[in-house]
Amino acid sequence: MTMEAYRYEDGSITYPGHTIGPNGSEPVGTVDLSEYEAEVVTWTNSTATPPGVRQPNALAIVEFDVDGESVRAIGQLTTDDVETGETVRPVYVEELRDPEAGIKEPESQDWDGYRFEPV
Amino acid sequence: MDRVAVIGASMTEFGQRDSWVMDLLAEAGEACLDDAGVAPHEVEHLYVSNMASGEFEGQTGVMNALAHDLDVLPAYSQRVDQTSSSGGAGIYAAWQSVASGASDMTLLVGGEKMTHRTTGEATDVIASITHPVEYKHGVTLPSFAGLTARHYLERYDAPRESLAKVAVKNHRNGLDNPHAQFQKEVDLETVMESPIVADPLRLYDFCPITDGSAALMFCPESVAEQYTDDYAVVTGVAGATDTHVVHEREDPTVMGGVVESGKQAYEMADLEPEDVDVAELHDMFTILEFLQMEGLGFAEPGSAWERVEAGETEIDGELPINTSGGLKSKGHPLGASGVAQGYEIYAQLVGEAGDRQVDADVGLACNVGGFGNCVITTIMEAAE
Repeated sequence: MTMEAYRYEDGSITYPGHTIGPNGSEPVGTVDLSEYEAEVVTWTNSTATPPGVRQPNALAIVEFDVDGESVRAIGQLTTDDVETGETVRPVYVEELRDPEAGIKEPESQDWDGYRFEPV
Repeated sequence: MDRVAVIGASMTEFGQRDSWVMDLLAEAGEACLDDAGVAPHEVEHLYVSNMASGEFEGQTGVMNALAHDLDVLPAYSQRVDQTSSSGGAGIYAAWQSVASGASDMTLLVGGEKMTHRTTGEATDVIASITHPVEYKHGVTLPSFAGLTARHYLERYDAPRESLAKVAVKNHRNGLDNPHAQFQKEVDLETVMESPIVADPLRLYDFCPITDGSAALMFCPESVAEQYTDDYAVVTGVAGATDTHVVHEREDPTVMGGVVESGKQAYEMADLEPEDVDVAELHDMFTILEFLQMEGLGFAEPGSAWERVEAGETEIDGELPINTSGGLKSKGHPLGASGVAQGYEIYAQLVGEAGDRQVDADVGLACNVGGFGNCVITTIMEAAE
């Protein structure tokens, strides 16, 4: 499992990847963000969660610096004891929510991924 | 080109209703025909704004069902789904149908039935619009609001109470709206001490889950004059789309769809933000009222909270915002909400807003889908 971001012709990086990137540029490679640390841009602790989601559910938008190029991601936190600007690292989790409990078909997407843990 | 007029409007009571979606749509549709004085056989196009009747109650094909139920056959009928901005997208579709010359009488009805679902189930239906990398983390629209509100408050050093004042204002306005789900005043302390939903936002920062329907009747201005002297004209309408993945936006406090649709609507109407007398903004969450005020040019970036603190957006203020009570107090039956915004602006312009009436010749409605993913901005003016 990797946290795969796309790198595009113009040097930009997005997570997740897109068929066509910013400014119409084509993807030229991938970057595994799980190998990098990130900074918390903002966070929340959500108490009203949908079926199959832990309650409460601490979430953050974080920003990675990949060789001078910034790329953001959203994900669960391992703790609600976090501050804006804090450094976090991705930690692999086999199942982020119960695939059987929500409206989406369980086979329609993957359910593992990375939570962010303060360093 | 003949301008596009709105000659009638209706909305059902919003709230927890026993009726299912087809009954709600029919109730608003029939009332709008009556209000406009239009016979069913005169309707040439019918648009039905609805986000998720299939997911909520297993009812699909609502446009055909409503066309038959209202006896507008053989009118062209179409369902319009643009998530929470389905109603605004319906206004855009209805305007296009008349402006293009394809229809001389277009009925738009928006509606949704939601309250039979639990809050968690309804939240999940709405959250299914998110990208898979967001959805698997349990990201919901309320959590986007919490993330954005924290960023806004920290970045602009805005007081938390300023968001609560949006809720207090809109609840106070809803007191005078007989269709509103909540006709109940709340004070600042109640908002600030309500349970946390997505911190720093609390229960009263969020709109409720709602059943309801609303409708508008559109025709060329030359036709409108055959029906009434009191009508409104759609002088600006535009839609725009922002990123599907919310965290990819360069500035989390800027909704690109609001900025772009607003810019295009102003250009079409040849108006400036200062010309707007009354506005209905999509306050699904209190923070959204700030972001739309700034995106539409009613406030400089990072300063909307100052106008709210100064009371300038109160019903007797310089720019009354959400005189209807907004989604916050009136309720948010997804597909109906944008149409109901149009209802309020129409009512204000033709002088039918009752106890919430303000002095207005120009009104603006901004209907937001997702977390700013799709946005429709509509400007109406009173007929001269």
